Amino acid sequence: MAESIKDKVAIVGMGCTKFGELWDKGASDLVIEAAYEAFEDAGIDPEDIQACWIGTTDVATSGMAGLGASAPLRLQYKPVTRVENMCATGSDALRNACYAVAAKVYDVVLVLGVEKFKDTGQSGLAVGGGMPAANVYPNTTAPGMFAMMATKYFTRYGLSPEEGKTMLAKIVVKSHYNGSLNPKAHFQRAITLEQVLNAPIIAWPLGLFDCCGVSDGAAAAIVVPAADARKFQIDPVFIKALQICVGPAEGMARTDYDYTHVEETYRAGMAAYAEAGIKKPRQEISMAEVHDCFSITEAVIMEDLQFSPRGKVKEDIDAETFTLQGKLPVQPDGGLKCFGHPVGASGLRMMYEIYKQLQGKAGPRQIENPQLGLTHNMGGQPPMCTVSCVIAGLKA
Amino acid sequence: MAGIVSYGAYIPLYRINRAEFNRAWGGFALPGETAVANYDEDSLTMAMEAATDCLKGFDSKYVDGLFLATTTCPYKERLGSSILAAALDLPSGIRTMDVTGTLRAGTTAMAAALDAINAGSARNVLVTVADCRLGAPSGDFEQVLGSGAAALLLGKESVIAEIRGSYFLSDEFSGVWRADGDIFLRSWEGRMVLDKGYSSSLPEVMATLMQKYGLSPDDFAKVVYDAPTDVRRHAAVARNLKFDASQVQDPMYLTLGNTGAAMATMMLVAALEEATPGDRMLFASYGNGADAFLLETTTAVENLGGRRGIKRHMESKLMLTNYETYLRWRGIIPLEAARRPEQSPTSISALWRNRKEILALYGVRCLNCGTPQYVNPSSSFTTGVTPVRLCVVCHAKDQFEPYRFADKKATVFTFTQDNLAASPDPPATVTVVDFDEGGRAVFDMTDRDPAQLKVGMRVEMTFRKLFFDRGIHNYYWKTRPVRCQEEEDG
Repeated sequence: MAESIKDKVAIVGMGCTKFGELWDKGASDLVIEAAYEAFEDAGIDPEDIQACWIGTTDVATSGMAGLGASAPLRLQYKPVTRVENMCATGSDALRNACYAVAAKVYDVVLVLGVEKFKDTGQSGLAVGGGMPAANVYPNTTAPGMFAMMATKYFTRYGLSPEEGKTMLAKIVVKSHYNGSLNPKAHFQRAITLEQVLNAPIIAWPLGLFDCCGVSDGAAAAIVVPAADARKFQIDPVFIKALQICVGPAEGMARTDYDYTHVEETYRAGMAAYAEAGIKKPRQEISMAEVHDCFSITEAVIMEDLQFSPRGKVKEDIDAETFTLQGKLPVQPDGGLKCFGHPVGASGLRMMYEIYKQLQGKAGPRQIENPQLGLTHNMGGQPPMCTVSCVIAGLKA
Repeated sequence: MAGIVSYGAYIPLYRINRAEFNRAWGGFALPGETAVANYDEDSLTMAMEAATDCLKGFDSKYVDGLFLATTTCPYKERLGSSILAAALDLPSGIRTMDVTGTLRAGTTAMAAALDAINAGSARNVLVTVADCRLGAPSGDFEQVLGSGAAALLLGKESVIAEIRGSYFLSDEFSGVWRADGDIFLRSWEGRMVLDKGYSSSLPEVMATLMQKYGLSPDDFAKVVYDAPTDVRRHAAVARNLKFDASQVQDPMYLTLGNTGAAMATMMLVAALEEATPGDRMLFASYGNGADAFLLETTTAVENLGGRRGIKRHMESKLMLTNYETYLRWRGIIPLEAARRPEQSPTSISALWRNRKEILALYGVRCLNCGTPQYVNPSSSFTTGVTPVRLCVVCHAKDQFEPYRFADKKATVFTFTQDNLAASPDPPATVTVVDFDEGGRAVFDMTDRDPAQLKVGMRVEMTFRKLFFDRGIHNYYWKTRPVRCQEEEDG
């Protein structure tokens, strides 16, 4: 009989590099920095690690199989698995590591996520390339794929372009403010609504500030059985739910897909709430780090995760529900938008913020008395994607 | 008697005022405007448009020959007419032939098709003719040349214009030419080119044809003949042969420009659009000699209808408001590459495996639940699940019939205007469209005014060249706003 992961494993140490355009650092530097911060946090040595999962994507220069972890850290003949699942890569690495610990195969494991994108010299996410192909896919980019969701959202809910763009701009202003409080964030500058609205259009209707950056960075976690957690850490964080939902990619061929929600997010969220025993997500979740690759993505995620009713996220945005002082802070660390988006590391970066917040160590960004935090990643594009949803809390 | 069964034509949406060339370079400004092929158009895609127009109402199985005539073949070695036949979804058991190397290519192909039909080796041959010649920047040719295409379906049944005679003349004189490797048209001194070329051969072939069949200028309702790049010489031919100006088919100099090998046939289509039963026509084209034909329309000429042809394509236009765009679209100046990932090489194997999906825009229809479905066959992308083996709706396995989307109209469900994507015509407009009879897919949109895009917009499919990379012209389909709106309304 299948069982929930709830309270079976705990995170007892985490590390995260500064994200950004780290011209003077290679992928191995980032792996070492994130891992050693986590080792120190958990009070362990590298040789205590029994197995490792490393999440890194194949879009740029970072993909190095298991050697991407073992070589920089000089791990001595340990099992290392490389995980790739688009933008859910880091969260899926965590998920697989947690299952191995829950299965009692290992006692102490390391999870890593890393990306070194900026060496490509390209603007935006460097998707494509690689194998010879038919090359007849439409000429669009990641912003373009998500912009089509914004176009449809505005149309469906009767928002004029100005109303729609203003709604999205408020999301961006909120995240930039949070990022300004975060010394590890890629972008640490608060911006105004006017700046967002007047920025150049990247892919209509999305402007420059509606899009997250592409960053270098790494994050790491040490996972142990829940029962052992306090041997390592006075305030460990316990895993409540670990969900991955990979869609059948039918939305681009089916006329019943509405392009204003992401079914994978909805289902991953529902499954995570069930696994964690959450009945009223809006009331029970203290904070969320969601996949705001674009402002419209965050807006729709709020509805898919049932934080806001369908078509009504604008009301919550206008009511400042998701600001640091709001009822349900979202992106307290600045999100992908400002912390940055080294794809393989992003899921673990989100968990790093949840972990620090739950421990009360988030400095000027600290949320009052958080109990449960949620992370969400979405890889792909609205009609066809893979989504992770992880919930963690302080008490077992 | 063999003759023309159907006709079609194509004129690119974009036109440029000749004053734009003068603004860029100074010198003499010629009057009027010319048709400019979009960056994703070439002779093959324009021939495809004209052929589609021509075959409207005809079953493609009816066609047992396809000829492509052009002086601007995309490939030196690879048959354009075979690509065209695949895109038109013609049966494979047909004759295909490219005719090139002369401005007479269109009429040469027509004569060959008539010979095949009269000899009984073909029943219906589709002759397509298209051209997209380039004049070097700042020269007269740049101002004069236009782009366009025409198509004639030739056969013996349901003929709208019988072809009752012909006469041909060969001449080695090279007044204008391009050698292997030349991008731009070359010319010898203008007056000699015309005196010893066009103004000599064309009247001779026309006069001899009339003499051969015992006809005089008064016997013709219309005289349709090629124009040279110096259009004044066109009218002179009629004057010298004693045709009245009212008999002469307009060479569209002020509205289209000189479309090379396609010129005469495009003019013939324009003439047929206005023709009445029993009209006798003299049709001639020039290029290293000349070809002339004697035509007589039948009562069926008034019944063809429903074609965009010359008239409706001419009326449907967007002005290209700057010369720089023209230079960019024609690939005349090198541009800095976008800082975007280099495209992976185009795989001939992947193109071949998905040739029905890519060239003829075939999807499938589920025999279990009836849903038409199309999946983009780009195998480098995670969505490239082609061929469709499992129905996207009912998940039945391998129960499909072929279903062609190329001729289906659709509605924009959502779209974006992508400035980050590298495009010769930014922003890159990408549309998700729902087809009227079922099915959804994502396509680039072309021939659009970005400011006019909206959800709910009506679109149709058009065959275009996505790019040229490492020796491969990659052809595929795009959406475009329905080109001639009255068809929608009517």
